[in-house]
Amino acid sequence: MNRELKRVSIVVMLMFVALLTSTTIIQVFQADSLTADARNTRTLYDSYSVERGAILVAGNPIAQSMPIADDYKFQRTYSNGPLYAPITGFIPINGSPTGLEHALNGELSGTSNAQFFDKINSLITGQNAKGASVEVTIDPVAQQAAWDALGDLTGSVVVTEPKTGRILAMVSKPGYDPNLLTVHDNQRVTDSYESLVSDDTNPLIDRAINSLNPPGSVFKLVVVTAALESGKFTPESTFPNPATFQLPGSTSTVINSGGGTCGGGDTVTIATALRLSCNIPMAELGLQLGEKAIRDTAEKFGFNTDYSIPLNVSQSAYPLELDDAQLALSAFGQTSVRATPLQMAMVSATIANGGVEMAPNLVDQILAPNLSPLQSFEPRTMKRVMSAETAATITQMMVNGVQDGAASNARIDGVNVAGKTGTAENAADDPYTLWFTGFAPAEDPKYAISVLVEDGGGLGQTGYGNLLAAPIAKRVLEAVLNK
Amino acid sequence: MMPPSNSRGTATDTAQRPQGAKPGRVRRLHLPQKLRNLELFLLLIACGINAASVVLVQLGALGRIDTTLVLLGAGLSVLVLCLHVVLRVVARDADPFILPIASLLNGIGIAMIYRIDIANNDAGWESAAVRQTVWSALAIACGIAVVLVIRNHRVLFRYTYVAGFIAVVLLLLPLVPGLGREVSGARVWIGIGSFATFQPGEIAKIALAVFFAGYLVRNRDSLSMVGKRLLGMRFPRLRDLGPILVVWALSMSVIIFQRDLGTALLYFGLFLVMLYVATGRLSWVLLGMTLFLGGALIASQTLQYVNGRFTNWLDALNPDVYGASGGSYQLVQGLFGLAKGGLIGTGLGQGRPDITPVPQSDYIIASLGEELGLAGLFAILALYLLFVARGFRIGFAGNDDFGKLLGVGLSFVVALQCFIVIGGVTRVIPLTGLTTPFLAAGGSSLVANWIIAALLLRLSDTLRNQPRLVV
Repeated sequence: MNRELKRVSIVVMLMFVALLTSTTIIQVFQADSLTADARNTRTLYDSYSVERGAILVAGNPIAQSMPIADDYKFQRTYSNGPLYAPITGFIPINGSPTGLEHALNGELSGTSNAQFFDKINSLITGQNAKGASVEVTIDPVAQQAAWDALGDLTGSVVVTEPKTGRILAMVSKPGYDPNLLTVHDNQRVTDSYESLVSDDTNPLIDRAINSLNPPGSVFKLVVVTAALESGKFTPESTFPNPATFQLPGSTSTVINSGGGTCGGGDTVTIATALRLSCNIPMAELGLQLGEKAIRDTAEKFGFNTDYSIPLNVSQSAYPLELDDAQLALSAFGQTSVRATPLQMAMVSATIANGGVEMAPNLVDQILAPNLSPLQSFEPRTMKRVMSAETAATITQMMVNGVQDGAASNARIDGVNVAGKTGTAENAADDPYTLWFTGFAPAEDPKYAISVLVEDGGGLGQTGYGNLLAAPIAKRVLEAVLNK
Repeated sequence: MMPPSNSRGTATDTAQRPQGAKPGRVRRLHLPQKLRNLELFLLLIACGINAASVVLVQLGALGRIDTTLVLLGAGLSVLVLCLHVVLRVVARDADPFILPIASLLNGIGIAMIYRIDIANNDAGWESAAVRQTVWSALAIACGIAVVLVIRNHRVLFRYTYVAGFIAVVLLLLPLVPGLGREVSGARVWIGIGSFATFQPGEIAKIALAVFFAGYLVRNRDSLSMVGKRLLGMRFPRLRDLGPILVVWALSMSVIIFQRDLGTALLYFGLFLVMLYVATGRLSWVLLGMTLFLGGALIASQTLQYVNGRFTNWLDALNPDVYGASGGSYQLVQGLFGLAKGGLIGTGLGQGRPDITPVPQSDYIIASLGEELGLAGLFAILALYLLFVARGFRIGFAGNDDFGKLLGVGLSFVVALQCFIVIGGVTRVIPLTGLTTPFLAAGGSSLVANWIIAALLLRLSDTLRNQPRLVV
């Protein structure tokens, strides 16, 4: 009997070894992935019950955690909520956080690896753990000016610093109040969220980085860059100047905006075509350049690439395998070319910065609870997109466009503004998408800007970039230049 | 009752062996007071830990200490000390580890149940911890009664078939219309009116262990000696298959009619192990496992709830399974809790075990894992292992086959129950609803497990108390 008992004892031992192993696997090896699971409400509660770090603009909190006498211990509050919502996002009690609350959750809640020793320290001293604060690059003057200038229009304004890639303003309209989504009441949060989601104007979308529209004529900057960098063209290269242009392999025709030829004469230069924003010479240029040259340049600018600022930015797109008709249309930003406002601001900023593209960035530094910097974000060069000469040439063409061309409404007395407008067609009967992108002052660029107005600015198919988008850019640039 | 001054420590064992000696002399040489003093010492430590747990729960979850402590901490301590005193009188040679381990597990369980009460804002009779304490009192009283009434375990041998009959009746009770209650799908409860609910199956496992031990001792010759040899193993005759088929049918009917996979596995596992220990024939185990796995496989194909358990087990994190009704939500919440606990846990009262459904009964081990961490779970598993080992010791050292078998059966049933429920929570096996012995909220389980503890105490006392040549 004892021989059998010994064997049964071994079986019992094995059973317990299995339990010791399984608990170890779950509590040690799988713990991180289980904690990161989006369905894990414990993680969410935790991120609430530490004093979450603040998000700061010029030293003032736009998001901060205030002590409150309930289970969550702290109430997340957003001052000036709608203005900064595209930057902060929100952290609800019953769902996943968005915006910087999501992208820097580890730092804000004090669980990132950089804060490991702080955590140990607070464990030993018995003090409550605190998250790190995040200082963003936003300039409150630029942000407020952009918010005011956009008025009631649906769209977005992005302002960046060409030399550093720092994002100074990032506005998306219509906005929403993140405070409604952080109340400590599941039902109210759900109700607010549902009504925002079902809103046709999609207020929860951060249009600056996640709204993809056809760029229209602002894309001509990319095509002209490709032309000049190819070495085969100069600003004075000429193209036939008809009033209508038959697309190759198609019955459709292209006209210039406003009809007629591009300026006078039988031929037209690239410089004139860009200044007056004509479509037909660009279509002809695009056909001569070919799909690959345009796409290579677009990709150098950042099209077809993911990046994070550290918010995730949607990929702007220059499509593959175009036929000749589509190639001609893509040369003025139509067919399936798509861009975010941030991407177009980066195009302008690159031209402004002598052809060198800086990585766009929203965060200056991360500060420990005692305000010592944990991590600083230095300006980072992405790549040289074009030569300094090409950049200077295009800058001059853009200055001409504002002085004496299609972008005249962005003119500011006493300052040379470089700019380019865009009026993009959507589906046949849908309202236009209106654009402006540029920078100022042209000789020493401090601010690059892009303005997106969706839904035709309420004017259906009668609005155009110079009418609605350019004045917005003008007001924002005036505000920041007069600071 | 004074210890003899001339004899101490390890000298006692060697002194006794060559002499064999008269019973009276041996008893004195065993130094029963020393065993009981060790028990008292361990018991005081256990009560200290229990009290500290309740205080920590209050500090962690409430931020203050309140008077519930007196009821919860002191109440249990007084009761186990009563049992200790009884042992000093009627079972002086009983194993000194069983009572402290059971008390400690019981106390930690109450602390955790109390912690969940705080999270749910339950107080008074709503409070599961108060009810658990009252049940503990009742359970320990039953334990005292067992130790007092059963002065020699061989009495039970006489009631082998009565025990078998009682087991079957207890098992069938929940199926009686008007008496049976269905809780979360399983029909294993009985209740009178809306008040007392009880799981008779918990008591049935003790009756079954007694019955199996008695039956196997009587019949093991025919079960082990006769049969055909096949593939190097001796397989039993067809007519000897009766008992195993009956127990198998019983287990299967528990699966089908009471919808309780865990209990069926528990009974059948218990029977197989006792059968193996009694007969020494591996062929029985193979035969039994084939029967059970075959039955379970058919059940998983035909019975919706069994099938669901398997899906939840194998594919717990799949969003479809997670979101399904009766899906893996609970299992995954338990895993989240365990993950939250990590190595050292959040500290008592500082986690959020209440997020997981039924955190005080089926999932108490996940709750403890969250707040005490891997370190705490290892300690709890070690306590169970030690408890089972003390039971097996009776099996190894006993000199009557009935006592040996009973000791092994009772301790194995505790081990198997731990494995089934903790293994279910930690995804070693599919999750089934069973209580964690001593820890989980539930009166029937407490009563059953304290009776098991009392029987093991009695068995160990008889074992040491009788003269023998080999220990």
